[in-house]
Amino acid sequence: MVTGGFKGRSIISIADFSREDIEYVLAIAKRLEGMKKKSGLLRDRIMATLFFEPSTRTRLSFESAMESLGGKVIGFADPNVSSYKKGESLYDTVRMVEQYCDVIVMRHFVEGAPRLAAESTTKPVLNAGDGANQHPSQTLLDLYTIQKTQGKLKGVKVAFVGDLKYGRTVHSLTIALSHFSPTFFFVSPPSLRIPSYYLEDLRQKKIPYKECEDVMEVMRQVDILYMTRIQQERFPDPADYEKVKNVYILKKEMLANAKVNMKILHPLPRVNEISTDVDTTPYAYYFQQAGNGIPIRQALLALVLGALK
Amino acid sequence: MNPPKNLKPYKVYAIEKGTVIDHIPARKALKVIEILRANEAGDSIVTLGINMTSKKMGHKDVVKIENKELTDAELNKIALIAPDAKISKIKNFKVVEKMHVVVPDTFKNIGTCPNPLCVTRNQKVGATFYIIYKHPLKLKCHYCERVFAGDEVVL
Repeated sequence: MVTGGFKGRSIISIADFSREDIEYVLAIAKRLEGMKKKSGLLRDRIMATLFFEPSTRTRLSFESAMESLGGKVIGFADPNVSSYKKGESLYDTVRMVEQYCDVIVMRHFVEGAPRLAAESTTKPVLNAGDGANQHPSQTLLDLYTIQKTQGKLKGVKVAFVGDLKYGRTVHSLTIALSHFSPTFFFVSPPSLRIPSYYLEDLRQKKIPYKECEDVMEVMRQVDILYMTRIQQERFPDPADYEKVKNVYILKKEMLANAKVNMKILHPLPRVNEISTDVDTTPYAYYFQQAGNGIPIRQALLALVLGALK
Repeated sequence: MNPPKNLKPYKVYAIEKGTVIDHIPARKALKVIEILRANEAGDSIVTLGINMTSKKMGHKDVVKIENKELTDAELNKIALIAPDAKISKIKNFKVVEKMHVVVPDTFKNIGTCPNPLCVTRNQKVGATFYIIYKHPLKLKCHYCERVFAGDEVVL
């Protein structure tokens, strides 16, 4: 992608973004957040949300972003009511929907479906999550949050905690932050380590990282503590889950030695991996993080629809 | 027992006309035969050597297929399994042309993505892979973005 060339483009994967692209989207998001009169930016534009897999928060966030810029929303949130169930191909669905809208937001359980959709239409497609693969608006809002809380993206020290094997947000954010000379700490049980491909990539890029099993080993050093949920169903043996589940629960007393600027992020929903007594500490930032999804999604919609440059 | 001196070790059945594929990674010859459908080659003779000693590779496999010339698409397929393979075209029992497999930057419509959740396994669209590393061969699926070793990409 070439910065400035977002009009008409699809947003499918963070791997398609250069460093300049990322900085550009974040700058537009910041501009939109401070903009007073923005409710007419996308007037008479229509966004179609095609959610082949339920996701309340991402869908509401996209809808809120579109409506706040004056646009309209159509779509479905339940694939059972779509013609997909009747056997319609993805290509046909997209060719039909493109007649009704200016931009398509798609979530699909099939990995790569949004890229195929983007190749099937001339209207921009925004990937709102495709299985375990990509969720670029989440990654951009994570980056926006880091920039906002740390005043910079360059040189931040980030610890990822929990399920690093299957965690889509972790993989995408690792790739995206690699443009900004980070230091990474990967904190996970041995069975949920980050896939070796990502580590190979970091070694090639000469980005320092460390793997460990105990978050307390890195607590004093990190600027961002990125928590993820460990799902019981990832463990074939329930006894293995019992062994690790309590090690990866963040409690208030564990934060005693944290840096003052440290912020805790989480893609949500949380189950029990962050104890609720952490919510009232100055480190907790996960709800504001979700809120940052609005200016990021506003920025993406405004850019691909050519309303802002 | 030592072999008789006039016998070249490992010399497999010489062919009059056809193709020799040398420097296949050890124990991958059957895969090469499978992707070339050489086992369906009618009356043509197919010989294979598995786990042969190689100065360069330690062990290697070799495949000889009578009456067969490789197409570009077949060369691409071989690159997935044997990126260092040497191909010799044989006529009148002599090597008339030697070729190295060239690993392309992109594999289009060759192979199947091993990820059952990939859109290429669910919709009518061919798989496309990009090369991430050549040694060892690692490919990234254009659609699901997962990374696989060359021989994982089901053909």
